[in-house]
Amino acid sequence: MGKNEFLFLLQGLKWTAILSVVAFGAGIPSGLAVALARTSEWPWPRRLTAGYIAVFQGTPLLMQLFVVYYALALAGLDLEAWEAVALGFTLHASAFLGEIWRGSIEALPWGQVEAAKALSLGYLARTATVILPQAIRISLPATIGFLVQLVKGTSLAAIVGFTELARAGGIVSSQTFKPLLVYAVVGIMYFAICWPLSFYGTRLEHRFAAASAR
Amino acid sequence: MHYEFDFTPVIDAFPDLLWGCLGTLRLALAGMVLAIIIGIGGVVLRDSQFKPLRLLVIIFVEVIRNTPFLVQIYFVFFALPFVGIKLDPTPTAIIALGLNGGAYAIEIIRGGVQSITRGQIETGMALGLRPLQVFRLIVLKPALRAIYPSLASQFILLTLTTSIASAVAAYELTSVAKLIENESFRSFEVYFTVTLLYLALSWLMMRLLAAIAARYLAYPVK
Repeated sequence: MGKNEFLFLLQGLKWTAILSVVAFGAGIPSGLAVALARTSEWPWPRRLTAGYIAVFQGTPLLMQLFVVYYALALAGLDLEAWEAVALGFTLHASAFLGEIWRGSIEALPWGQVEAAKALSLGYLARTATVILPQAIRISLPATIGFLVQLVKGTSLAAIVGFTELARAGGIVSSQTFKPLLVYAVVGIMYFAICWPLSFYGTRLEHRFAAASAR
Repeated sequence: MHYEFDFTPVIDAFPDLLWGCLGTLRLALAGMVLAIIIGIGGVVLRDSQFKPLRLLVIIFVEVIRNTPFLVQIYFVFFALPFVGIKLDPTPTAIIALGLNGGAYAIEIIRGGVQSITRGQIETGMALGLRPLQVFRLIVLKPALRAIYPSLASQFILLTLTTSIASAVAAYELTSVAKLIENESFRSFEVYFTVTLLYLALSWLMMRLLAAIAARYLAYPVK
């Protein structure tokens, strides 16, 4: 494996990073919407988002990508491959982040909401100034854990035919006939992104656990 | 743009899809059994007196948890022939699934073992229970009860992960779907149906795992 092959892998790594950032970035507002609907006082948004989450948690990410990819083609939308897979990952992220944040919102003592209501704070003010700041803090370790899942998940874009890091590895490995070396390098590249995130997430978790044990 | 949905190729191939579901379940079950064996072995080594062994387990867990399964399965796929082991895609996929699930199982099982305190075991012995009874009633069952929910959701996750085994052409639902798609070009119809089948599979499995917990791990014991 020469310098050119290595640079090609780095190109793939760039696309893995772009896909992850786009999906996570778009997943934050949509996941927040899912979480708020899931904890709404009206039953319909709750039921709808419960179903949405159940579907995404009960099916393989690969199938979600396939269905979104071909559904977009059927709908006549002329999207580029990376836009289609990015949309698939965003929908996936919105469901998982929505479920994580629902858990954190429900973990807050109910008295917080009651106190905010007693102070006659409206829904928006209550959510933005009382609930979310606390819920976000609780949810941080799980959110970072999901980000690691998402970075690893972007490798499935390779099966749909998009050239990110995993597919770049496949291409280089069939050119050089050194699959073990190439996949080891690809694995190290993923590890270099994911491990620091995992480490940070675990450290936060321990810190919060220690704080709540006091 | 107008598109006519045509599910006839999917309906014609439905028996094949059901066989694919069985293939998926087989992969998931075999992978889970291997994962639990690796998990238990890993916990024993993880807490052994010999430091290099402990380090080895920690590295294994971190590497598996921080790299994609797709890369792992390709690595196993190409590494096995390299060390002189020739296997079909399906057993190869089972090994990869077992290694992947095993890394997560080590963490889960270790948490369960640590939840049993020395004092509980001593209490059991003081009550005159025989060593095997102490192990079964005081160590194993409460530990299982503690880790069962995490282990069960890990099992569901493993079942969904089997779809990635289609990348090395192991026999399971997604590979069957790909074959039908290649013959019919009805991509959306095929994958939509298969997604519903996966949803049914994971739902069934969830009910089954919950039923097992209710039957064998209910607490307090009647």
